[in-house]
Amino acid sequence: MPPIPGSGLAKGLAVTLRTMTRKTVTQQYPDVQPELPPRTRGVIGLFEENCTVCMLCARECPDWCIYIDSHKETVPAATPGGRERSRNVLDRFAIDFSLCMYCGICIEVCPFDALFWSPEFEYAETDIHELTHERDKLREWMWTVPAPPALDAAAEEPKELAAARKAADKLAAQQAAEQQAAAQQAAEQQAAEQQPAPGEDEQ
Amino acid sequence: MNDALDVALRLLVVFAVFLVLPLVIGQTEHKVMAHMQGRLGPMYAGGFHGWAQLVADGVKFAQKEDVVPAGADRRIFQLAPAVALLPYLLVLVAIPIGPGEGAVGQVVDAGLFFVLAVMGVGVLGSLMAGWASANKFSLLGGLRTAAQLLAYELPMLLAAASVAMAAGTVSLPGIVAAFEWWWLPWQIVGALVFFVAGLAELQRPPFDMPVADSEIIFGAYTEYTGLRFALFLLAEYAGIVVLCGLTTVLFLGGWQGPWGADGLGWLWTLLKTAILAFLVIWLRVSYPRLREDQLQKLAWTTLVPLALAQIALTGIVKVAIQ
Repeated sequence: MPPIPGSGLAKGLAVTLRTMTRKTVTQQYPDVQPELPPRTRGVIGLFEENCTVCMLCARECPDWCIYIDSHKETVPAATPGGRERSRNVLDRFAIDFSLCMYCGICIEVCPFDALFWSPEFEYAETDIHELTHERDKLREWMWTVPAPPALDAAAEEPKELAAARKAADKLAAQQAAEQQAAAQQAAEQQAAEQQPAPGEDEQ
Repeated sequence: MNDALDVALRLLVVFAVFLVLPLVIGQTEHKVMAHMQGRLGPMYAGGFHGWAQLVADGVKFAQKEDVVPAGADRRIFQLAPAVALLPYLLVLVAIPIGPGEGAVGQVVDAGLFFVLAVMGVGVLGSLMAGWASANKFSLLGGLRTAAQLLAYELPMLLAAASVAMAAGTVSLPGIVAAFEWWWLPWQIVGALVFFVAGLAELQRPPFDMPVADSEIIFGAYTEYTGLRFALFLLAEYAGIVVLCGLTTVLFLGGWQGPWGADGLGWLWTLLKTAILAFLVIWLRVSYPRLREDQLQKLAWTTLVPLALAQIALTGIVKVAIQ
């Protein structure tokens, strides 16, 4: 059946009228904060203590927007007669968010988990220079990083947990073995003390 | 009551209506259009759902510099917004919103003639603006306006003539007084033709070819800024008020309602006008702009024959019932 003439016009009116009765999709952003997914790529936080100044992040950054300065310090030997160790000390860690393209490669590449995504996104500035966040600011962002998501129900145990558990188990086993050995020894001693007793009676 | 005082009061009321209703329709358009597009529309000005948006717009327009292009015909250029706006004020004087002397600015015996003639003048404002701007886009817009006026004035007049024939009078209160409910199906074609032709004359979407901003910037209004531009916009919305009011009076029985016209007649008129104004906005949101040749084709091959057929039908029925 051919369409009734004018049905297209009526359909057009119906579409707009139906849209009017529906809830709008507008987000009133400055008044109402958006509900962001927890892994949102808002800003990058730096957990300084984990940083070893390996420079991987700075080298992998496609925009070259990570600036790192460091110097070496010598740590005196831990044990007498031991060798002195040298250690990297971070002097400056800055990310220029006016260059950053939020690819997240620096976070992926960090071998020591020193960089994290934070969902905070309200850090617009009127001066572009202020978009270069120095280490203190990056540290501030660190406190806004949400806890890592829970593992799947049947997931393998995280490696560090497994390692810690293994160590703990080993220690526990060792302690148990020592205890057992001590108990056995004590029992033997007791038995040895008790056995001569009837002999004493005989004497 | 003192005659002079009476006249002054009536003019004051008409003027107040003339200033308020277009703004109400403009604000309604902001909100309705937004929601039809899944948006919220203005939300800030005035605090509650942006009710004062148009007031804020007015303040903004008033602050802007009033520029007249160097090559423009100064006098005509500056006069054009007034020519576009004032006819609608004059028409509003003659539209009755309730029964009796008190509910109309001025009873004009040949009200229908007066109203249609004066409404035609409003389009001249756009034409003057287009010509005087010394801008080719303005000129294009002005000429398109002229072509549109020529094409759509005819079916509009014919449709209005049909009602005048049915009522046996050209006085607007007379037409409403003669209205019966069965006029609605009888004059429905005429009503549609009148409304569509009126829309085209106001250059409202989907008939906004003369101001098609994506191809000729803003037609005749391209060179206008500040208050003069605001006056053109106000003229458009005043035009909606007038068109909807006229359609109500001519085809929908004005103040007549299902429960009689006692006391609440003016409410019926306003309600019908408001529904028609909503329709104007709804059409704007729903339909794309007609091309220039489609515009002409619609007028000459559809609306004019339909209006003529309506006149024939009106004549036949009129003779049959006498």
